[in-house]
Amino acid sequence: MSEGIGARVLRKEDKRFLLGKGRYTDDIVEPNQAYAAFVRSPHAHATIKSIDSAAASAMEGVEGVLTGPELVADGIGNIICGWGVTSKDGTPMNMGAWSALATEKVRYVGDAVAIVVADSPAAAKLAAEAVVVDYDVLPVVVNSVDALEAGAPEIHENAPGNLIFDWEIGNQEPTEAALASAEHIVELDIVNNRLAPNPMEPRAAIATFNEAEDHYTLYTTSQNPHVARLVLSAFYNVAPEHKLRVIAPDVGGGFGSKIYIYPEEIACLWASMKTNRSVKWTSDRTEAFLTDAHGRDHVTTAKMGFDKNHKIVGLRVNTKANLGAYMSLFSSATPTYLYATLLSGQYNIENVYADVQGVYTNTVPVDAYRGAGRPEASYVMERMMETAARQLGVDPAELRAKNFVKEFPHQTPVIMAYDSGDFKANQDQAMKAADYKGFEKRRKEAAKRGKLRGIGFSNYIEACGIAPSAAVGSLGAGVGLWESAEVRVNPVGTIEILTGSHSHGQGHETTFAQLVSERLDLPTDNIQIVHGDTDKVQFGMGTYGSRSGAVGMSAISKALDKVEAKVKKIGAHVLEASEDDIVIEGGAVKVKGTDKQMLWHEVGLAAYTAHNIPEGMEPGLKESAFYDPSNFTFPAGCYICEVEVDPETGTTDIVQFVASDDFGTIINPMIVEGQVHGGLAQGIGQAMLEGVVYDDDGQQLSASYMDYTMPRADDLPMYKVMHQSTECPGNPLGMKGCGEAGAIGSPPAVINAITDAIGNNNLAMPATPSAVWAALQEVSAKTAAE
Amino acid sequence: MYTTKYHKASDAANAASLLSGAQDGKILAGGQTLVPTMKQRLAAPSDLVDISGIDALRGITVTARKKLGVLKAKDGATITIGAATTHAEVAGNADLAKACPVICGLAGEIGDPAVRHRGTIGGSVANNDPAADYPAALMALGATITTNQRSISADDFFTGLFATALNDGEIITEISFQAPAEGGYGKFPSPASRYAMVGVFAAKSIDGDVRVAVTGAGDDGVFRHAGLEAALASNWSADAVSGVDVSADGLMSDIHGNAAYRANLIGVMAKKAVSA
Repeated sequence: MSEGIGARVLRKEDKRFLLGKGRYTDDIVEPNQAYAAFVRSPHAHATIKSIDSAAASAMEGVEGVLTGPELVADGIGNIICGWGVTSKDGTPMNMGAWSALATEKVRYVGDAVAIVVADSPAAAKLAAEAVVVDYDVLPVVVNSVDALEAGAPEIHENAPGNLIFDWEIGNQEPTEAALASAEHIVELDIVNNRLAPNPMEPRAAIATFNEAEDHYTLYTTSQNPHVARLVLSAFYNVAPEHKLRVIAPDVGGGFGSKIYIYPEEIACLWASMKTNRSVKWTSDRTEAFLTDAHGRDHVTTAKMGFDKNHKIVGLRVNTKANLGAYMSLFSSATPTYLYATLLSGQYNIENVYADVQGVYTNTVPVDAYRGAGRPEASYVMERMMETAARQLGVDPAELRAKNFVKEFPHQTPVIMAYDSGDFKANQDQAMKAADYKGFEKRRKEAAKRGKLRGIGFSNYIEACGIAPSAAVGSLGAGVGLWESAEVRVNPVGTIEILTGSHSHGQGHETTFAQLVSERLDLPTDNIQIVHGDTDKVQFGMGTYGSRSGAVGMSAISKALDKVEAKVKKIGAHVLEASEDDIVIEGGAVKVKGTDKQMLWHEVGLAAYTAHNIPEGMEPGLKESAFYDPSNFTFPAGCYICEVEVDPETGTTDIVQFVASDDFGTIINPMIVEGQVHGGLAQGIGQAMLEGVVYDDDGQQLSASYMDYTMPRADDLPMYKVMHQSTECPGNPLGMKGCGEAGAIGSPPAVINAITDAIGNNNLAMPATPSAVWAALQEVSAKTAAE
Repeated sequence: MYTTKYHKASDAANAASLLSGAQDGKILAGGQTLVPTMKQRLAAPSDLVDISGIDALRGITVTARKKLGVLKAKDGATITIGAATTHAEVAGNADLAKACPVICGLAGEIGDPAVRHRGTIGGSVANNDPAADYPAALMALGATITTNQRSISADDFFTGLFATALNDGEIITEISFQAPAEGGYGKFPSPASRYAMVGVFAAKSIDGDVRVAVTGAGDDGVFRHAGLEAALASNWSADAVSGVDVSADGLMSDIHGNAAYRANLIGVMAKKAVSA
């Protein structure tokens, strides 16, 4: 059927979005609803001497002003990081306390100190401004390198020297030995710039405590409502799970930032109980910059050795990862297991060693943001490879090809076992599409126009389809990372799929329906996807880490296996045939080679009337499954970026961008291309436009769109997106995942292209016009000196 | 946004009287700066006096220069733009496009379509944002800013960052200037806000006077650049600009670019302005 796997089915969810009929958290109105505003610290580091809320409490329309000590007294637990990372010396990580409302100290600008509940958002904000907090301002440190220096301000008592963990991976001694005897050494200092996630819909929550039933309902902007409920219940003691319903309705983008459980949701739930009102909070854009978990922020040194034949003999990497003022939910995993495990890249490297220091600073917590560790890894690998090619005087594509992993499975020295891929095929496809051979001619032509033209590669690999539960458990994860699904065939034959995955822009309502359409040969119109509500869906781990295809759809596939088996039994029984002769096709259950059939709705009806089903069979037609992947999946690809730089202004135009990806099986090519386009926009944004800047006092200088440059359509080229796929052996659908690849693979391609154009490898992200111009001045100064 | 009281003024005199009666009143023209500032709770005027509906403050007139004897008066029309005229009206005015196309081009690149259809020339000039486009144009064109009290030359009007010669309660009614013989505007937009990171307006009057004004770059707002003026007075060309050493002294440094970069851009944008 035309709506199955591989079809470009238009997105089913777009009707409501395009009509403005989406239902987001802020659209939900509860009876007796009140509004919350937060009193936030204007200081990056201070002790709280006193809080005077008398004037605010007396203001018109104010229901209450609630503070940290009251929250703690009510037994609300501290916010935790759900992944334990162990240091080199065997000690557990040093996690500092994080109360949803600060008690003794504030540690970043925006840290919540009190929640004000009032009849209107305006009254709440006005009262929040009237709360008088007396602070004793403390010294501030904002970057990871400074924070580790002796004498730096200490942010948490139990993290001496601001060190959260000092973790390592790989084989240290053989790596050092390989580097010591290497023919060529390539070294690079690399900064991965800090990003604000900027989903279009800001975070929001509306919490309702039902006094009569001791029950809470929370609507919230979450990528994983079940995880939110689990953590709110088990760690924050808001309510036991059976007394707490979490609903993530339509969510307008997350990019990782909506995985975590933030102070605001906790405070709204608690305040609802305290005031006996529904309490709604909607972040404004400034609050989003100040409080949404940021991404990246690595300072890295890397050293790579090559033998005389230009084979890589070893790689050593040290990274200082800024985790901000508190440890967010997966903050420890992002710069360790999601990062350093990819430091073998697409290459066959016997010796890799990395160590990572996780560091507290007086900044917003840092956690996973689209790609989460893997963009940082691919940036290190691919900047190193391009730099090495330049240093060795060889073609960057050939140097990479010479070092590619060519046989699978391939065990790297940093945990990951790559299961499939054909890196050369992706590279060849991309080079052909980019007309790599014709580049020098184009460079010369550009020079005649006064432009500097450059080309850069990025051969990225990532690990997604997150993740095998036992494996991540052994590495410190506090949860399993399977997924669940339920397939409900209704008596009239229509189908509901209940999934633990959560769509916040990914198009699951279409893609998941296509899988069912493929399997049962039914139109996607007959299939409804249900997600995002802990009262409806059995359980789920949510959507992040490009896992909803490889893991979420595999769970659906597994449940469909069970439905098909039962349908065949019913068909065989009713049609008086052998089960082996029953086939499901054309919306019917048929006896192979005959004209005997039951239409799909007749099967549903038969199952639910149960008048004539096999003896001993349970009535109904509803099956569920939990799927736990056996391995990560490994999407990979080759990106080629070609730029022209205007030497007068430093302005860079991307004149060509080619992406050849290996995503395994593709369900809906249109949606996959859209994912790549969006990922590339964010990656190019990181490379050329975006960057959070703090001043020395810990104030964000880039906390609005006047200063934080989001990529816009006219900043971006027309992409050439293509695929060259190998099937993933690890899951029944052969899928690898596509949600993050664009953001993971593109930054190094862009920077490699610009540095090629300007002839200076010393260029940090974002490569703004002024940064590129400054790098060009370095070249001129050097030329003049020579 | 804090509570404020909204008034709709019937004419400029009424606006002045409403303003004088307010405790901390502000003129609301297009509101494209004031309203976002209020929404961010950074401004809290007690009263807003809306002048956008006053017809007498809107519109563009182009009065052709009388031809005197054998002199060929190619340019030099007198242009008057009402203070409440929107950027979109300036950008799209056909008479203006003939008499002084550079000003239409400048207005057409302010903000986005929504901003251009609400934002006004008077509002932009009164706000004197150090990165706004109009202040550079008015200074380079030697414009006159007329208020309900007096006329002020552009040189005297712009006094610093967000500062002007306007007195309390003084309302701009119109802007007037003579169309130049030559004129161009080179703008390098900030990647984030797309305000001018550097904007250079160069104009040569029909009498041959050259004035070059720079926005976006100065530590103290819009300013005239003597070196560029001297170079262009003797030779109106990009080559003449290349010979000028633009100093970084007195220029702004921020997260988007330091003073040295802005100095470089002043030269590049000046070339663009005269090549236009």
